[in-house]
Order: sequence, then structure tokens, then C-alpha cells
Amino acid sequence: MDNAVITTRELTRTFGSFTAVNKISIEVGQGEIYGFLGPNGSGKSTTIRMLCGILEPTSGSGTVLGYDLAREAEKIKRKIGYMSQKFSLYDDLTVYENLDFYAGLYSIPHRERKKRIGEMIDMALLKGREDELAANLSGGWKQRLALGCAIISRPSILFLDEPTSGVSPTSRRTFFKIIQRLANENTTVMVTTHFMDEAERCYRIAFISEGKLIADDTPENLKNNVIKGTLAEVVHPNALYIIDDIEKLPYVKECSNHGPVLHVLLESENAIQALNYYTGVEAKIIRPSLEDVFVSLAKQNRRQVS
Amino acid sequence: MSRILAILKKEFLQMRRDRLTLGMVFALPLFQLLLFGYAIQTEVKHIPTAVFDQSLSAESRDMMEAFSASGYFDVYYSTGGYAEITNMIDSGRAKVGIIFPPDFSENLKKGDTATVQVLVDASDSMSSSTAIATANAIGLLKSQKIFIQKAQLTNLPYDIRVRPWYNPDGITAYYMVPAILGIIVTMTMVMMTAVAIVRERERGTLEQLMVTPIRSFELMIGKIVPYIGLGYLQITVALLVGALVFHVPIRGSLLELYVLTLFFITASLGLGILISNIAKNQMQAFQMSFFVLLPSIMLSGFLFPREAMPLVIQYIGDIIPLTYYLVIIRGIVLKGIGFPYLVSQVAALLVFSVVLVTLSIIKFKKKIA
Repeated sequence: MDNAVITTRELTRTFGSFTAVNKISIEVGQGEIYGFLGPNGSGKSTTIRMLCGILEPTSGSGTVLGYDLAREAEKIKRKIGYMSQKFSLYDDLTVYENLDFYAGLYSIPHRERKKRIGEMIDMALLKGREDELAANLSGGWKQRLALGCAIISRPSILFLDEPTSGVSPTSRRTFFKIIQRLANENTTVMVTTHFMDEAERCYRIAFISEGKLIADDTPENLKNNVIKGTLAEVVHPNALYIIDDIEKLPYVKECSNHGPVLHVLLESENAIQALNYYTGVEAKIIRPSLEDVFVSLAKQNRRQVS
Repeated sequence: MSRILAILKKEFLQMRRDRLTLGMVFALPLFQLLLFGYAIQTEVKHIPTAVFDQSLSAESRDMMEAFSASGYFDVYYSTGGYAEITNMIDSGRAKVGIIFPPDFSENLKKGDTATVQVLVDASDSMSSSTAIATANAIGLLKSQKIFIQKAQLTNLPYDIRVRPWYNPDGITAYYMVPAILGIIVTMTMVMMTAVAIVRERERGTLEQLMVTPIRSFELMIGKIVPYIGLGYLQITVALLVGALVFHVPIRGSLLELYVLTLFFITASLGLGILISNIAKNQMQAFQMSFFVLLPSIMLSGFLFPREAMPLVIQYIGDIIPLTYYLVIIRGIVLKGIGFPYLVSQVAALLVFSVVLVTLSIIKFKKKIA
């Protein structure tokens, strides 16, 4: 990649005998929204922390904005923004004071500071609440304030570690719109998430499981290439009861449920007749969603491991 | 510089909003001084005393009179037997038992030695040593009088004139109040900074700080400096209480006291911030603070004279900032001496400050795990 701002080569981190991140190699281009997906404890946060220079890699290497992760961490820190899942704000400071504090830490000149803080307050939709203590803000507001603190220095890369957990769907949407706008202005965004609608908006997605990179591609390619076979949707009144039996059918590779709806992955399109006969309802061939892709990836990985 | 200012500003704001802690900073010297200034009296008087007088003579009564008149012995009980007196002391109702034998009066008249037995509860060494010394002194004084009479002397061959300088009336508060001030300041400073880093670690804000360009020394300086002001506030409150309530004279220069106190404050803050860098959580920070504060109270010369301690223990006392500050504050307040006499103490505190803060700066890593 010519415009890569993040590259890692077999980046690895172990804690004792536990390998949290196992030889991950990725490349992230400038201005991309790069999604990091995977179950809890799969190594997403550990990877991000290494990229931010606050966690030493055990082996492997990586560069962020051309600076080496291990040797030039402090240079990286001047040019990135980071927001952890805990929205690490000072509860006993006001909205304005929180922003002012980070403006100071990034040595933003005084004459520009007021303007920059104003921009952040506008961006975070916090106008009129400048003098409120951060403790009194609810989830979505807190999240946007934390984002404001993370980007007040206008970082080239923004790392977001599960920024939308515990936030209402409306706030999540507002938040992602802001992220989109930042990316349009050429900020690279690396984000971990559990939400498929957010993953859908990423330019590229890396899926990691048990510390290993399982897939790394655009959402489109993932949907087209990961799933081998034909995906069928079955609406069945006793969906949850028959799910195990369906999975045992010879022509079925996988079966998962989405409420009362079953997604059945068939060996081939021809098997649909047999499935219809078995379930007694008409199955519909569908295009895999990202969720299907991840369920499938997670299952494949588990099978390989065991 | 901008980063240090940012930390300073933030710490000040947080300090201002933490009303409870701020209140404590004021209330601590006020109440502790009032409480301990009155409570801690190293001179023990009015020791409850029981008497078993088998002589029942004018001579025994005269001797008892001398004991009571000293002010150290309050005769609460007159008992009828040895067993009763033992019981009094065992139960703690009396700390001293005085026993006159039946032949007390006769022996005295004959010119033989008249014995008085004084039983002392020495389980409390402070009051027992006073009782022992006073009882001996009374015996000597009474003997002296008889000697003078018998030898028909007009004056004693020796006269030792003791002049207790700096505190002629032996007022304990003069000695204790400056020391309590030292204890309060070091306690507050250590406790406050001991949680300074670790609290941010627990709240998750430290991780956020780690990804900013802040440098270790900037963070440490920014965390320490705001508390210097707090330390001075405390000292001012304590000195006011000392002067107004206990009438402690401040004989030396107040300005000098304030200037030299700076090194004590920074040494205490350095100790606190180092604890904060070692502790994993606030609980540990508190425990470590106590671990260093207790020796400060016991070994610094605050309660017990350092001269009386074994050499090894004195060496341990040498690595406690309060040890040096006690010399400084007692020196300035009571003796009225100044910096030229206190150079080595100030130097020691300066070394403490530099070493402790430097260690903290080295210890703090902008890395998790």
C-alpha cells in the first residue's frame, strides 16, 4: 500500500503464557476507517494499545506514521488521538475544563485554544453545557466529549476502542456520522466495535479471534468471498428447537438463528429442495450479511483450533 | 511548560471541587493540635496512690504530707493491709503504694534508718519513672534537712544551679505543638500525593494521559506543586492555633521558618508521589503511607528522645524527613536560631526531595503492564 499510515509485521504480545496478540500483520491506508472486529478478549484492545505506544510488543514490529512502535512511541503520541471504552474523562471537571486540559497537554497555542475548544463543543453537540461537570453527562454526551478530547489536537490517526459500547442507538449514529466526517477530512480512524451496522461503514475490516487475524478485507469482499456455499433464510415457528437437527443434515454446513429466522448455509443451491422438504416451509436464498460472515468465521476458527 | 500548566490547572480545579478533602486540610491541624496539644503531657502528675501506714505516727504523717505536697502523688486510699495494697495496684486503681513499717517512728527517733517502701506500677514506664524519681527526691530532701539540723550547718557544701533554657517552665505544649505541626503536614502531604497517580490509574484517566505527549517529569511536577500551597495553608493554621491557644512563642524568624519548611513539604510530597508510583491501587497506597508514617511518629524524636534509641534505630530515624524538620522547627520556634545552625538539616531535606522526586520520575513509565 503506498499511503499506508499503519503497518505491522507479525506483531505479537504475550502476557505470561497467554498470547493476546499472535503475529498480526496489517496495513491501514490514510483516511480509511479501519474496523477491528472480534469477540471479547480476542486481542483488539491489546493491538490498539501497542499501536498507541502504551504497550510494548513482545515480538514483531510495526510503524505508525513512519515511526517505530517500540523505539519512537513518544513521537507517535504527538500525532494520534485515542479514546478508550471507558471514556476516560475527569468527572470533577466541566466539559470546557476537560477540553482545555487536553488542549494544554497537546500544547495548542493560547490564541488558538478557545477557537479549537469551541469547534469541539460544536462537533460534540455540547453547546450550552460547557460549564456542566462531566459526571452529570449521560452516556452519549460523555462519549462525544471524550471524542472531543481525543481529537482536539487534530490527530492524523484516531484510535477508538469500542467507543460506542453502552451508548444509545441514536447517539451511536450521531457518533459514527462524526467519525465519517473526520475520515472525509483525511483522518485515519481505527475502530473496534461489536456492532455490525458500524462495521458495515468501515472501508476495511480486520477480524481477529484468539489473537489471530482471521480475515482482512473490505466489507463487500468479505460478504462475497468468505462464505462458500448457498445461504438460505428459513422462517419457522419452532426455529430454536430444530436448529440443532438442521445442523446435522448432511447437506448443511452451518445453521444460526436471528430471532425466529434461521440462516442455513447449504453445500450447494441444489440442497434447498431437500431443506424445504425437511422443514416444511419455503426457504429463501439470501446474500450473506456481515454478521453471517463473522459467525461463519468464528465457527471456522473454533473448528480449526479444536 | 504548557503541559505542566495544564496539569497544574487541572489539579487546582479538582482540589477546589473536593470540598471534603479541602475541609480536612483545614480541620486536621485545628483539631489535632487542640486534641494532642492538651493530651500529650510528658510530665505525669497526680498519680493515684494508696497508703498502708502501720506506724500511725506524727513522723509518718509528716512524710505523707511531703509526698502529697509534691503534687505528684494523690493519696486516694488508706488501706489496712499489704494484701489490700497489692490488690489496688493489680486492679489499676492505684499506681503507687506507700508502706510505712510499724517501727518507722522509733527508728527515726533512735537515729537509725527509717524505711519507707514505695511500690510502683512500672507497666507504664512514663508515669512510673516520674514516681520513682520524685519518691527518691523526697527521701533525699527529708534526709538532708535532718543532716543539716544534726551537723548544725548553715549552708550546703554543693549548690547546682540548673537553668532550663528555651522552655524554663517546662511547658510541654511549647515542645509538642511544633512537632505535631510537622506530623500533620507530613501526614497530609504523603497521603494526598500517595493517591495522586494511583487514583488516575484506577479511574482509567492515566491510560488516557499516557497516549498524550506529556513527559514523566511534567506529570510529577504538575502533581506535586499544587500541594505545596496546601502545605503552607496547613502550617499557617497550625501556627495560629499554636500561638493563640497554646501561646507558643515564635522566637526565630517566621519568614525563615516558612522558607525552610518548603524543603520539608517537598520531601513529604516526594515520598507520597513515589508511593503513588509503586502502589497498584489506592488501598495499597494508604497502607504504604501508614508504613512510613508510623516510624515518622515513633523514631523522629517526636515522642521519644532519639538519644535514648539504639544506634541502629537512630540510623533508621536518619532516613525520615520529619527527624530533620523537628530540629528545624523546634530550633526556630523555641530556640530562636536561624539558617546558619540548620544548614545540615535543610541539606538533608533537599536531598530527600530531589532523590524521591527523581525516583518517581524514573519509575513512572508511560506504558501499561
